[in-house]
Amino acid sequence: MNPHLPAEAEVVERIQESASVFTLRLRLCDQAVREGYRFDPGQFNMLYLYGAGEVPISIVSDPEEPEHLLHTIREVGRVTHGMARLRTGERIGLRGPYGRGWPLALAQDRDVLVLTGGLGCAPVVSVINHIVLRRPEFGRLTIIQGVKHAEDLLWRERYAAWAGLADTQVLLSADHGGPLWPWHVGLVTGVFDEARIETGQTLVMMCGPEGMMRASARELALRGVEEGNIWLSMERNMHCALGHCGHCQYGGSFVCRQGPVFSYPEIKPLFDVWGF
Amino acid sequence: MDSAQAYFMPRARLQDLIDSLAAAGYQCMGPKARDGAIVFEALADASELPTGMRDHQEPGSYRLTDTGSPRAFAWANGPQALKPLLFAPSEVLWRARRRLDGGLDFGSDAPQVRPLAVFGVRACDLAALAIQDQHFVQGAHGAAPDPFYRMRRDGLFLVAVNCSHPASTCFCVSTGDGPRATHGFDLALDERDDGFLVEAGSERGRAVLEGLALAAALPAQLAEAREQTARAEQAMTRSLPGRNLRASLFANLEHPRWDEVADRCLSCGNCTSVCPTCFCHSEPERPRIDGGESVHAREWDSCFTRGHSHIHGLTVRPDTRTRYRQWLTHKLGSWHDQFGRSGCIGCGRCIAWCPVGIDITEEAGAICRSGP
Repeated sequence: MNPHLPAEAEVVERIQESASVFTLRLRLCDQAVREGYRFDPGQFNMLYLYGAGEVPISIVSDPEEPEHLLHTIREVGRVTHGMARLRTGERIGLRGPYGRGWPLALAQDRDVLVLTGGLGCAPVVSVINHIVLRRPEFGRLTIIQGVKHAEDLLWRERYAAWAGLADTQVLLSADHGGPLWPWHVGLVTGVFDEARIETGQTLVMMCGPEGMMRASARELALRGVEEGNIWLSMERNMHCALGHCGHCQYGGSFVCRQGPVFSYPEIKPLFDVWGF
Repeated sequence: MDSAQAYFMPRARLQDLIDSLAAAGYQCMGPKARDGAIVFEALADASELPTGMRDHQEPGSYRLTDTGSPRAFAWANGPQALKPLLFAPSEVLWRARRRLDGGLDFGSDAPQVRPLAVFGVRACDLAALAIQDQHFVQGAHGAAPDPFYRMRRDGLFLVAVNCSHPASTCFCVSTGDGPRATHGFDLALDERDDGFLVEAGSERGRAVLEGLALAAALPAQLAEAREQTARAEQAMTRSLPGRNLRASLFANLEHPRWDEVADRCLSCGNCTSVCPTCFCHSEPERPRIDGGESVHAREWDSCFTRGHSHIHGLTVRPDTRTRYRQWLTHKLGSWHDQFGRSGCIGCGRCIAWCPVGIDITEEAGAICRSGP
């Protein structure tokens, strides 16, 4: 058995989310592979574009429907530029799922604060969907999304829909707003005062640029959220996703195996040191 | 070496050992002097061994001289360890083929593996092999076993030679990995001018040894071998400031020495290429020019390259200071978290093969001794 080998997957649907962000709905072609596939929110797949290579992309769809896998991708490099040109019916390679996902078991019966920045939202969309579908099993849901520029915000309608749900609060923030930006302007930590955070009761899941996560984790801890209750998803240059290639090394951890989701105390010693 | 298990093999019979391993189906590999260095290559005849050669290693320098000695293993090491024989510098992991209907087929070729018998392996190389086994086969830190490495590893027969002539760059005593091979070999040799003391370290080794029908080693020969090891130990002048430097290194992440070493370091990655425990690799894609097939390979990589820490739009370690610090804090620090020991086995290769002669023992000493 060669653990490096991808499986064939078909592009079932392609959704353009913004000028440079798109979502692929994928379906594994082999029936047995498809039926055996299970994942946890926060895990990622290695997606392969023929002739170009592989990229690690988190799975945004609901784990209850593993037959259709949604991946939201930003065009940033050679492989993702190529993937942006895929059309329905075309085939790619897929292997996974990899890594440790979000601590959903810990979140049972507690308040959940989902804090994201930029495209950081993608790895936690499946968590939000998971909670929304099982609302009574969780306490208050707070969704905070920060973007650099107002036009970076994806899924405006989705946030609006979430904001309408019971016991759910949605707070949006842009470093640079604009005439059509009715929400907060400034750093994402600026909306923490508005968020109704019961510090002893809240589990935080955050994802986004490291600077934003660093400032947010520090601020939340100062406000009394227990550091062990703050979880964040890290990103590194993953090549193999098997814990072998060393590119995603972070101190004594391999992000592809011990992560991508870590508790704040696990990474805190190096988080403030530039260059790890 | 236990007298009950040690035998004496006259020099003339070394060829019998090579022949018996070849007859048992092994491709024999051994040290040869080529291009001014000792390297492992196919070995058919004992006359191909680097008889009389000594290596003179200093920071940034490696030279061979011919001493006229009858000994074939009176040198410390060359740029290669066992690593390239198991974790190939470049190999194909899988291939993708595009079908006429646009679909993709994925497949991999089993590597063409012949059992290998390697002569002249040092204790440091065995220690490095054990670490690479942990990484690629035993799934340290929860990693999946690698089938390519494992196939080669399963067929490996190791003929160790207890080190009698460490180089000035060696420091295996301080890492606890040498100079004597104590485990992990099939046969171990102590070289003498007139031949070898031979000891088996595995059932396979014992079977080969029995086939040679050698006489038991004499007590005086065993005593000489022990003295030779003691002299080798005493010859080592370099050392690391401790076996576990994790706490000191991570307490000194802003030490000014990182800037100093960065001024000298070329970020060339030679240290990582010659290091027998470095495992970093990248996975380049090589599409065939006619478009009908694309090969997914893996290739040795180094944390000293810019691409190593590149994530879209950002290089996490954009300068030599952060790359050298990443290498050293991993090798001597966070390696303990991952493998339960340091990643350094004291072979000194990174010192000799560094083009500007950066010395890991000196850098670790400067950073750890002056810190908390």
